[in-house]
Formats: sequence, C-alpha cells, structure tokens
Amino acid sequence: MKLRLPTILRIGILALLIVFLLRPDWFEPIFRPLTQNNAPVIYNQGSLLTLTLLHLRTVAIATAGATIVAVALAILVTRPFGAEFLPLSRSLVNIGQTFPPVAVLALAVPAVGFGEKPTLIALFLYGLLPIFENSLTGLTTLPPTVTDAARGVGMTGWQRLVKVELPLAMPIILAGIRLSVTINLATATIGSTVAAKTLGEVIIAGLQSNNLSFVLQGGLIVGVLAVMIYDGLSAMERFISRRMGLLQQS
Amino acid sequence: MIEIENITKRYGAVTVVNDVSLVVQPRTITVIVGTSGSGKTTLMRMINRLVEPTAGVIKLDGEDNRTLPGYELRRRIGYAIQGHGLFPHRTVAQNIAVVPELLGWDKAKIDARVRELLALFQLDPETFGPRYPHELSGGQQQRIGVARALAAEPNVLLMDEPFGALDPVIRSKAQEDLLAIQKRFGTTIILVTHDMEEAIHLGHKIAVMDGGNLLQYATPAEILANPATDFVATLVGTGDRPFRFLSLSPAGDAVEPGTAEGEAIPASATQRDALAELLWSGRPALPVVNEAGKAIGRVTVDGLVKRASRPAA
Ligand SMILES: Nc1ncnc2c1ncn2[C@@H]1O[C@H](COP(=O)(O)OP(=O)(O)OP(=O)(O)O)[C@@H](O)[C@H]1O
Ligand SMILES: [Mg+2]
Repeated sequence: MKLRLPTILRIGILALLIVFLLRPDWFEPIFRPLTQNNAPVIYNQGSLLTLTLLHLRTVAIATAGATIVAVALAILVTRPFGAEFLPLSRSLVNIGQTFPPVAVLALAVPAVGFGEKPTLIALFLYGLLPIFENSLTGLTTLPPTVTDAARGVGMTGWQRLVKVELPLAMPIILAGIRLSVTINLATATIGSTVAAKTLGEVIIAGLQSNNLSFVLQGGLIVGVLAVMIYDGLSAMERFISRRMGLLQQS
Repeated sequence: MIEIENITKRYGAVTVVNDVSLVVQPRTITVIVGTSGSGKTTLMRMINRLVEPTAGVIKLDGEDNRTLPGYELRRRIGYAIQGHGLFPHRTVAQNIAVVPELLGWDKAKIDARVRELLALFQLDPETFGPRYPHELSGGQQQRIGVARALAAEPNVLLMDEPFGALDPVIRSKAQEDLLAIQKRFGTTIILVTHDMEEAIHLGHKIAVMDGGNLLQYATPAEILANPATDFVATLVGTGDRPFRFLSLSPAGDAVEPGTAEGEAIPASATQRDALAELLWSGRPALPVVNEAGKAIGRVTVDGLVKRASRPAA
C-alpha cells in the first residue's frame, strides 16, 4: 500500500497529539514565548491526558444518548402509526437546539447539582437535532423502488427497517452523528464553568491567570480532536456509501 | 389458478382499476397491456396485496389471498418490480437469497439455489455473486431482479415491465429465456408491458387495459382477429396485423408437400420469419426442415399470404 500525503499528515498529527498528552513538558520551548513573568508554561493543575480522556468520555456519553434517542424518535415518526407525531417531535428537538447551552447549564445545576451531570444534559439536548434531522432525511428519502422491493419480497415492517431502511440511511445518519460530535467537542469546554472535568478547565485556568499558553493548549487539543474525529467519521461514511454504490469510486 | 373477481381500486374519487374480472389458468403466461397509467401495475399489485383493493376478491388456487398475512403471501409469489429494485447494499448473491432466507432455508440449500439461478441466466456465480448491483449493466441487473423473484421457486411470478429498459437484442434474448424458464418450471406468469409485440410473442392470453377498464381478455389470435374495441385495434396496429398474426404460428404448421430450392428454414421458426425470408430472397417457396434437419416439405408465398388474411370470426 502506498502512503499518500493526507494519510501521512493524519498519522503525524495523531502522533504529535499523543506525545503532547503524554509528555507535555517536551513542548515547553514552543509555548514559552506566550507566557510572562515566569508563569508556568505547561498546564500544571492536573494531567492533560486525564482531562482529555474525561472530555472525550463526556462527549461520548452525551452523543451516544443523543444518538439513541434521536434515531429511535426518527424511526418512530416514520412508521405509519407514528406519523402524526412528526411535527411535534420536530418542534421539540428544535427547541433543544435554540436553547443556548449556557442557559441549559444554568437551569440544570439547581436540579442535578454541579459536575458532569448538567454538562451531559446540555450536550445531550444540543446533539439531538442534527442526528434527528439527518435520520429523518435518511429514512424518508430512500429510493422508492428499493423500499417497494423490500415489501414485495415479503419482509415484515421490522425486517424492512433493520435489513433495508437503516443500512441505506446509515451514511446520512452517520453524518448527523459527526456533526453532533464536533459541535459537542467544542461545547463541552463550557462544562468546566459548572465544575465538570473537561478541557475547558485548561482554558478557564489560562483566562483567569492571564496565561495565553494554557488557553492555547486547551484550545489546540480540542481543535485537533474535533478535526480528527470529523475526519475519521467522514471516512467511515464514504466507505459505507461506496459499498452501496451511492458514491462512485474516486 | 388465479381468479380475479370484480376487482376495483379507487384512490379518493379516482377509479384506477374498474371492476376487473379475469381467470389466469395455471402454468400459462398472461400479459397485461395498456398505455401508461391504465392501471396495469395497480391490478398486478393487488394480486400480492402490495395494494389492497377497494372492492372485489382475488383467489389463488381457490383461496382468498387475504387468508395469509401480506408478507407471507408475498414470500410465495415472485415479484419482479418495475425498474428491478435490487438492494444496493447487498451483493448479487445476497439479493437473490433474500426470499429463501426469509423462508428459513438452510445455508447450503440457499447457496446451491443462488448458483443454479446465476447459471440459468448465464452469469458466472464466481464473478457475479460477490458483486454489488451498481457493478452490473442494466441488462444484468434486470436478470438478477428476475432471478431474485424466482429464488424460492414460486408457483406464481408477477413481472412488471421486466424488459422495458433493455436494448432490442438483449430484450429478445431475455424473452426467450423467460419462455424457457416458464416451460421448465411450469410457473404461472403475469407480465405487464405496454408493448403489444411483446404481449403477442409471450402471452398465452392477453388482457388489454385502458383507463382502469379491462377491454378484452383473450388469446393473441383472437385479439388480432377480433379486437373488441377501436382502442384495442389501434394498439394491435392495423398495418402490422397480418404479420403479427403470422408470428403466432410456426412454419411447420404451414408446410405443404413438395420441394424447393435453396437454403431451408427450421419448422420451429415463425411463419412471419418464413414469409420475410421468402420476400427477401425473392423465391416463391422455401424448404422446411425438422429438428433433425430432415426436409418435411415447403412453405410458399401464396400459402402464407392466405394464412395472413383475417380468419373468419
Ligand atoms: N398510491 C396512489 N395514489 C394515487 N393514485 C395512484 C397511486 N398509485 C397509482 N395511482 C394512479 O393510478 C393510475 C394507474 O397507475 P398504474 O401504476 O397502475 O399505471 P400503469 O398502467 O402501471 O402505468 P405505467 O405503464 O406508466 O407503469 C395512474 O393514473 C396513477 O397516477
Ligand atoms: Mg406500471
């Protein structure tokens, strides 16, 4: 296999990120110009690796929850018996999106206390819409001859869903999940304002002590994670689409 | 046997199929012809209940087709959909295996059946089995669509314009394949087309539809000789009528005693082909040979022309 430039670039960035998380002090010379008055250059109020893993965990749990609920909802309202709930569920999910995440945090704290919980709630609500909309698009724009054939060969409603509709809608659903994950990776940083352990801590610590180096470190890790995950999920979608002939070989 | 009794389908105030009754004999091919929008597909889809009729009954071998749940009924009836409808995310082999899998056949039996069908349609199982539908030509996709419909050895096969997208050469090849398969398995076939030529060639009986009404249900010879309405006559095409009539019978039926010079024609060729050959080569008579290649007599221009004239009603 020939390694192409984009692949090399991806591997390089991933390697750089891992090294930075394991041995942040090696990078001290790079960040030093950003600090003044002998302030610490590398974040020192906890392990960057631990914060990164916790950050990812929060996003993963919230997105998993949002995926399950959004896809289930989309399936429900595209069945004959659930069609009348389509407008209602659309507006509910839209509300979830228009509500600013900060406001959700503020409202959730009195109810569930400080920490990871309010962050999870905010991210969950925020992640619903893209996944729901995409699942809905995926499930309602299937080629009619194919859904017709699925009935024609004698599949039950459940078999049609599992064997034909979901697999065919999968690339579009995945695109929704990808969007949701990327938004939530960034949004999760504000969870640190309510004491959730995320990379937001690094940024907030930097802002409070006027330490640009900290802010940059937190921001860079989040940015690189978002880009890499976005890229990985895109590749997965392309792979599946190509399998189904929905996308021509490039 | 398929008995369609007073079937009507309305969508709102629009009647799409209007009080249609007809009986399809087992092991025959019935072709439904008509212009676009005449209700052919709708009539056919009421047989396997993809469409539920507004009124009327359809019986399969004497049993109301509503006795079984729709999905079980459809597993027993082969259906080759208008525009093939292959599953794009499944390989060719998986597409063919769909109905046997739903019926719970064991894996070895399914594999054997898939190979058998691919071979039957002259597609190499090793090459084509693992391919995805988008890696096939239109003609190949169409054949896989028919193979999928035949996979569970159904007694009844519904085909909706199966040859619509094919070029003339592949099309006539596919028609011959279909006739051979029908003979071999004794399948009862209902086929929709808007091509009268195809209907005359394939059908034991032809049902002519227009605006939801069944105008005529008869043998090709009867439809050619006595079209029930002007519409049927137009569909048959008055100019081509004598030739279509000749295309119904083999040259063997028109054999007269005697001999003739030149290249012979097989007895199984249609009389139309025989006449065409006579006219083209400018000969008055052609020798006819049987399957063994033995001369059995001759056909003459005069004899064929007499046969092409309108039979007495
Ligand atoms: N689900 C539906 N709702 C409303 N009208 C319908 C529906 N399905 C079919 N029709 C109408 O019924 C009429 C007959 O349709 P059908 O598909 O049976 O025609 P067809 O003879 O198969 O035509 P074609 O040769 O174009 O395939 C058409 O006018 C069509 O618009
Ligand atoms: Mg049709």
